[in-house]
Amino acid sequence: MAQVSMTVNGKAASGEIEGRTLLVDFLRDTLGMTGTHVGCDTSQCGACVVHLDGKAVKACAIFAAEAEGAEVTTVEGMANDDGSLGTIQQAFQDHHGLQCGFCTPGMVMSAAALLKDNPTPSEAEIRDYLEGNICRCTGYHNIVKAIMAASGQDVSSIAAE
Amino acid sequence: MPADGGIGASNKRREDVRFLTGNGNYTDDINMRGQAYVHFLRSDVAHGTLKGVDTSAAAGMPGVIQIFTAADFADVGGIPCGWQVTDKHGEVMQEPKHPVLAEGKVRHVGDPIAAIVAESREQARDAAEAIEVDIDDLPAVMDMKAALADGSTKVHDDLTSNLCYDWGFVEENKDAVDQAIKDAAHVTTLELVNNRLIPNAMEPRVAVGDFNRSTGDSTLYTTSQNPHVIRLLMGAFVLGIPEHKLRVVAPDVGGGFGSKIYHYAEEAFCTFAAKALNRPVKWTCSRSEAFMSDAHGRDHVTKIDLALDGDNNFTAIRTETYANMGAYLSTFAPSIPTWLHGTLMAGNYKTPVIYVNVKAVFTNTVPVDAYRGAGRPEATFQLERVIDKAARELGVDPIALRRQNFVTEFPYATPVAVEYDTGDYHATMDKLEEMADMSGFEARLAASQAKGKLRGLGVNCYIEACGIAPSNLVGQLGARAGLYESATVRVNATGGLVVMTGSHSHGQGHETSFAQVVADMIGIAPDMVEVVHGDTANTPMGMGTYGSRSLAVGGSAMVRATEKIIAKARKIAAHLMEASEGDIELKDGQFSVAGTDKSVAWGDVTLAAYVPHNYPLEEIEPGLEETAFYDPANFTYPAGAYACEVELDPETGKVTIERFAAADDFGNIVNPMIVSGQVHGGLAQGIGQALMEGCAYDEDGQLLTGSYMDYTMPRADDVPFYRVDHSCQTPCTHNPLGVKGCGEAGAIGSPPAVVNAVIDALQRGGHDITHINMPLTPSRVWSAMQG
Repeated sequence: MAQVSMTVNGKAASGEIEGRTLLVDFLRDTLGMTGTHVGCDTSQCGACVVHLDGKAVKACAIFAAEAEGAEVTTVEGMANDDGSLGTIQQAFQDHHGLQCGFCTPGMVMSAAALLKDNPTPSEAEIRDYLEGNICRCTGYHNIVKAIMAASGQDVSSIAAE
Repeated sequence: MPADGGIGASNKRREDVRFLTGNGNYTDDINMRGQAYVHFLRSDVAHGTLKGVDTSAAAGMPGVIQIFTAADFADVGGIPCGWQVTDKHGEVMQEPKHPVLAEGKVRHVGDPIAAIVAESREQARDAAEAIEVDIDDLPAVMDMKAALADGSTKVHDDLTSNLCYDWGFVEENKDAVDQAIKDAAHVTTLELVNNRLIPNAMEPRVAVGDFNRSTGDSTLYTTSQNPHVIRLLMGAFVLGIPEHKLRVVAPDVGGGFGSKIYHYAEEAFCTFAAKALNRPVKWTCSRSEAFMSDAHGRDHVTKIDLALDGDNNFTAIRTETYANMGAYLSTFAPSIPTWLHGTLMAGNYKTPVIYVNVKAVFTNTVPVDAYRGAGRPEATFQLERVIDKAARELGVDPIALRRQNFVTEFPYATPVAVEYDTGDYHATMDKLEEMADMSGFEARLAASQAKGKLRGLGVNCYIEACGIAPSNLVGQLGARAGLYESATVRVNATGGLVVMTGSHSHGQGHETSFAQVVADMIGIAPDMVEVVHGDTANTPMGMGTYGSRSLAVGGSAMVRATEKIIAKARKIAAHLMEASEGDIELKDGQFSVAGTDKSVAWGDVTLAAYVPHNYPLEEIEPGLEETAFYDPANFTYPAGAYACEVELDPETGKVTIERFAAADDFGNIVNPMIVSGQVHGGLAQGIGQALMEGCAYDEDGQLLTGSYMDYTMPRADDVPFYRVDHSCQTPCTHNPLGVKGCGEAGAIGSPPAVVNAVIDALQRGGHDITHINMPLTPSRVWSAMQG
C-alpha cells in the first residue's frame, strides 16, 4: 500500500492505495465520491470521465498513483459556488439531456472539456467529440442539443424536445 | 402550456438535479459496514460435464472468506420461470431447472460455477484464478434447427429434446390460412433473422445482500425494474424467505430496457451468502460479465408468407419462427415469442386470417428474454419487411399498399385474439408524410447521386400492445403472476403528498410525470407531490416497470387512489363548510360550495383530517391516505408510422442515417418532453439493431462480441437529430388517463424503416437485392452488392 495525495474539486484529498488502484476506484471507494461511474472495463463507455489537470481523461484508464499531486475535477465539482447547477448541467436539465443518469457524469465532463477548447462547436463537432461516451437512453438527440445550448447557440430550430 | 404545470406540460425533471451533480444513489454507490465482496467464477466453455471444482488452493488465498459451489445450494430452489406456455398439442412447455450455481453441467459461456467471497473485490478475483475446474467438453448446441434434429446433443439431459415448446396460434385457423395462401393471387415470402441483441443498460447489474441478526430480516439492494417481483420470486421459490422477512430495494437504476426485470442468480447468491456469512455481501458486475450473464434479446429465425388477392388486399399471413431461449428459461422468456409476438401479427392491417407457429429452442447460449419491445419488434419487423417486399413485387407504392389495408374501424378484433380499442393509422401516416418531407426526396436523391452515393427512403408502420396486462387474461395464457399495479397516496397534515408506487423509474422520469398527474387532479403545485418507488418496505405490492406499462397501469392506480383521497377530502370539506357533500367543488386546490362564496383550501382540509377537532368522526375516520390496485381491462395499442432516409456509400457498403421521422399515437400525453425523449432513445436502439448491433457466437459457443470493442453500440455520430411527433392522439378508452405508453415504440418501429430504406437505396442503385439480415454492417451490405 502506498499513499497518494491530490486535489479533488479544489480540496486536498489523500488515501492509501495499491499500485493497481484505478483513479475511478480511488474516487469512489476511498473518497466516497460516487458521482463518477464505471460502465465498462475496456475504457469505451466514458461514464468515468473526469478532468485531470484540466484535461478530460477516463478515470478507469489511469492509476490513482498517476494522479499524485494533480488537480482532479469530477461532476461533483461542476455546480456553481452557490450550489445551483452550472451552465452545462442546467442545459442538460433544460433540454432533457439525460434519462437514467448513469452516463451523465461522463457526458457533462466531456462536454465541459469540449467547450473549453471549442466554445461554439457545430453539431458534427459535438457528435464527433462524444465518440468516447456511450448513452443508451437518450439517442444523443437532447445531449447534443444541450451542449449546443450550453455554448450559447440557438437550438430552437432543432426538431422536437 | 405552463413551464411547470399539470397534465400536458413539459415540466423539467426533478430527478435530474441529483444525477447532474453526482448525487444519485445507484446500487454500486451503496456500501455496507463490514461488507464482503463476491466474484463469480464463470464457465469459459459453452457446454460440458462439470466433473469437479477444486477450491482448496483458492480457499487459502489472502482475504478469502468462503468459496461456494453448487453443493452449498443443495437445499435452495432453482431460479424460477414466471410464465408457462402450453404448446399446440395442449402440453405444457419443457422447463429445466436453473440452479444458482452450475450443477453437474455448464450450459453457456458465463454460467457461474463458483462464488468466491473475500475481504476485497481484488482478493476475490485473485482467488478465482486459483480454483481448478475439471470440465469434459460436450458439443455446443448452437444452431436452432440442428438442435431439434434427431440425435442432437441435449442442453438438458433430463428433457426429451431441446424443444421447449411448439406453439400454434390460432391453431384452429391453420387450415384456413393454408387454404387462403393456396387461393391467393399473389404470395410474398420472406425468410429473415431478427438478430440477437445484448441490452447494455449503461449501469451494470449490482447486488448487495444484507442480513440483520437482530430481526432476522434479509435485505437485497439490487439493480431491478421491479423489486416486488424479485422479492416474491427469490423469497418464495429460491431461498424460502417469506415476504415479511425480506426487503428488496432498487434505488436509482441506470437503465434497464428489460434486462433488469428478471430475477438473476447473483441476487439470490448475495442474499443467501449474507445470511450464511453474517455480513453484507456485494457483487458488482463487470461489463465483460454483463455480456455473458445479462439476458439477451430477440434471436428469431423466421419465414413469413403474406397472401394478397387480385386487388392487393391482404388475405392471410402465415409465419413460422424458431425462437432461441438460451440455456435456461429466464423469468418471462417463454411469453416473448408467443403472446407478445403472435398477438401482434395483425399489425395495423385488416388481414382476415393469421397463423403463427413458434418453436422455442434450448441452446448453449445466455438465456434470452424481453428486450425493449419484446416480441413486438420481431412481429413488426417481419410484417413490415414482407409488406415492403410485396409492394416491390407488385409494383405498387408501399405507402399506398399499407393505407389500402389499414384497420379503420374501432374497436377492431384481430384474428390473433386481441381487440384494438382506438387508433387512426391514416392520421399518423399523413403526419409522417408531412414531417419526412417526402416530396423533397427526389432532390435529396439527386444530391446524393451527384456525390456518387446511393440514397433510399424506407417507411413502415407499427402497432404494439402495452399497458401490460389484464391479470385474468394473462393467467389463462400461462402467466404465473398478476399484472396489476398499485399506488398509495399519503396526504400529510400540511397538504403535501407522497405517492408510493409499485412501478419503478430507471430513466423514465416518473418522479416528475406522476407528480404532474396528481397535482393536476387536486389543483396544487407539482412540487407538493413526492413520488416514492423502488423499495418494497415503503411501497405497495406492485409489478414494476416494463412493457410501457407504468403510466397506463401504475398511473391508473395512482389516479384511482387520488380519486379516493379527493372523495374523502370532499366529505371533510362539506363538514367544515356545513354544506352538502354534493355541492362541494374542487378547483385549483380550493373546495367551494356551489353557488356560494364559501370555500376552504386544500391545506385546511388536510389539517382537519389529522387534527380532527372539528371533524365528523362518527362518519369518517381521521387521516388521509388511500391505496388502489388497478388491473387493466385490456392492453393499450400505441401505433404510428416511421420514415428513414439513408445514404449508402457503394464503395464501402457503409449506411448513414440522413433523416428519421416518427409519427406516434400514444393517446393522451402527460409530459411531452419526456415522451419525445423516450422515442429518441428507442429510435437509437432500433437503429443500432438495424445497422450495427449483433451478438455473435462461434460454433463452439464462444461469445465473440464480449465487450464494447466487439459489440457495436450507437454513438453520437451514428445518428442524426430525429423528427418526432405525437400530436395524433386517439386516447385509450379503458384507462382513466387515456394514455397508451411510449417507452418501446421507437425500438419497435425503427428497424424495418432502416432496412426498408437500405433496400430502397440498393434497388434504386440497380442492385436486385430484396433482403439483407440485420445488422446491416458495411461488410454485409458490400458483400450483398457483390452478388
